[in-house]
Amino acid sequence: MISIPMEYGLTLAGILFAFGLAGVLMRRNVIFILMSIEIMLNAAGLAFVVAGSKWHQADGQIMFIFILTMAAAEVSVGLALVLRFYHRFKTLDADEASRMRG
Amino acid sequence: MLELLWLIPCLPFAGFLVLALAGKRLEGRAVALVGVGSVALSAILSVMVAVDFMSAPPPGHFYTQTLWQWLDVAGFSPGITFYLDALSLVMMLVVTVVGFLIHLYSSEFMEEDEGYSRFFAYMNLFVGSMLVLLLAQNLLLFYLGWEGVGLCSYLLIGFWYKDPKNGYAARKAFVVTRVGDAAMAVGLFLLYNNLGTLQIQELMEKAHQSWSPGSLLPVAAAALILGGAVGKSAQLPLQTWLPDAMAGPTPVSALIHAATMVTAGVYIIARTHILFELAPPVLAAVAVIGALTLLLSGFSAITQKDIKRVLAYSTISQIGYMFLALGVGAWSAAIFHFMTHAFFKALLFLGAGVIIHGLHHEHDMFKMGGLRRQLPVTFWTFLIASASLSAIPLVTAGFFSKDQILWLAWSSGRGSKWLWAAGIVGALLTSLYTFRMVFITFFGEAHSEVSKKPGTRMLIPLVVLAFLSVTGGYIELPAIMGNVTIFSGFMHTALPPVKPLSGEHMEWILEIIAVVVSLGGVFFAWLFFLWMPGLSARLARTSPGMLLHRFWFSGWAFDWLYGVLLVRPFIWLARINKDDFIDLIYTGIAWYNQAMNSILSLTQNGKVRFYAMGIALGAIITIAIAVLR
Repeated sequence: MISIPMEYGLTLAGILFAFGLAGVLMRRNVIFILMSIEIMLNAAGLAFVVAGSKWHQADGQIMFIFILTMAAAEVSVGLALVLRFYHRFKTLDADEASRMRG
Repeated sequence: MLELLWLIPCLPFAGFLVLALAGKRLEGRAVALVGVGSVALSAILSVMVAVDFMSAPPPGHFYTQTLWQWLDVAGFSPGITFYLDALSLVMMLVVTVVGFLIHLYSSEFMEEDEGYSRFFAYMNLFVGSMLVLLLAQNLLLFYLGWEGVGLCSYLLIGFWYKDPKNGYAARKAFVVTRVGDAAMAVGLFLLYNNLGTLQIQELMEKAHQSWSPGSLLPVAAAALILGGAVGKSAQLPLQTWLPDAMAGPTPVSALIHAATMVTAGVYIIARTHILFELAPPVLAAVAVIGALTLLLSGFSAITQKDIKRVLAYSTISQIGYMFLALGVGAWSAAIFHFMTHAFFKALLFLGAGVIIHGLHHEHDMFKMGGLRRQLPVTFWTFLIASASLSAIPLVTAGFFSKDQILWLAWSSGRGSKWLWAAGIVGALLTSLYTFRMVFITFFGEAHSEVSKKPGTRMLIPLVVLAFLSVTGGYIELPAIMGNVTIFSGFMHTALPPVKPLSGEHMEWILEIIAVVVSLGGVFFAWLFFLWMPGLSARLARTSPGMLLHRFWFSGWAFDWLYGVLLVRPFIWLARINKDDFIDLIYTGIAWYNQAMNSILSLTQNGKVRFYAMGIALGAIITIAIAVLR
């Protein structure tokens, strides 16, 4: 079995995470922010899997399953929030919701 | 009978409590009954106690009664203990009897005032506090009474508080006497710190044993107590409050600012006379203060227009005589003069009150005039009191008490010609200003009509006090005229006698000089103010006359002096420090917190992406630190 060097996997995970983070920071649309968060979560999961395969441990994959579960829960709550958000503000622009005045 | 001593101060306190708690709901008659009745009962009781004390003197000529232990801290255990001896007995008698007469008088005088019950509540509180002051066995209880009478004085001067002027006069009296009270308190600390007790008799004994005459400690302690006495008794240099204290109702001036409270200073010096004898320089200072005060205020009294201010300056002057007597060691003479002064000065104030009452609160003597036909009883009693104040020979009490002081000022071991000379000039001034007041008020043309005639409740006290002003002196006659020593003989059970150094021959000469001087004062008053009233006016119109008149009228410009030296710098300091620069520290802390709050609240802008960036930045920084370290 040809093993892909761990550095490649980790680099990919880093790039994915950076994209996700950039998406969270730059996107205004709440849906896209949620999607970017998914990308970040998957990047983290990828890093776990790569590290698990390097040391021949199942822990990495177990962690990924946890992350998937957590992501599913997060999305369900997140989408419900998005629905309420849209209902209330008639827009998906996250910046529109800045009603707080310190 | 002596066991009932505790009731004497308690009755007025009880009266005060009733009036303070339920005074608003009682009708006028009930208020008067409680207010006058409580003091009347305590006057009757004190007469009974006095009779008992004199007919069967307790062992050692003193009686103590402990009601309860006040506090007990580390060996310091003052009790609520009363001490009755000849000195406190005489003072107590005068306070309760004169106090009762003045209360009776006020029940009519204040009848139409809306603060009727408040007035009697304060008056009762005053009498109670004064009795505590007099009967206190230790200096702490004494100080309680001392502050109590100060408080009542403040409350009653400012009784008609709606006029800001009265409130100012009350504050002035309070603040000026406070200066003396602070000195007094420090003196008490000093005594306790060095002798370990505040019980007066024990204190005097210890002081006598452990301090040598003229050493630093007794001089300091006596000087501090003198400071308190000077403040309370309105002597130089703290005399400025008394003339302004006349803003209060006239019975208040009669009771507090003539007969009783202002003599508390005399009382405390007589009470601690052993301490003062250990401090000869302070005792000399007492005599000099008395002599100077009686002269200064005598001159001021000549120029006043307000009848009550004449009497106020006269009070200061007469207390000056008492201080003079104390200063030369003539303790019982001082108390004798206190007693006669209480009679005739209270009478003068009450007489003035009748006039003021009848003339719609008119105080200006020059608007009165010719009142002797309209107010005959008042005129005759006022005349008797004036004669007593001027020491008209043989027929008045004031003659015997004042001449005893003058004689002892000359002949006592501590006396001197100068003190006597000051006293004799003061005597001339006294009869001059007194009869000036009588002539202007009761003789000459009438300038106004009396609208309210005094009723019986106002006239009875006048007549009784007039009787006392005449006969009060016969219990003590000089050696050359009968040599009656009932008063001083009784007094010498508590206060040491004084031995005159000069002989009978000298006493005759001085007596005649005193008689001539006091009659001379009356003659000059008659000359200047009745026979040739233009003369005094012309004299006052010359330029040195005008200057002197202004100077004396303002009470030797002491108010101006204190205004420049103390009041104005203080107001100036208060003004530049209006924003309280010490407070800057505290406002600075508040300002810093507010600034930090507004900076940090900028970050809470509600933008999700901004928060996310914060998380990301924080994570990056944390990781960077972890990796690069």
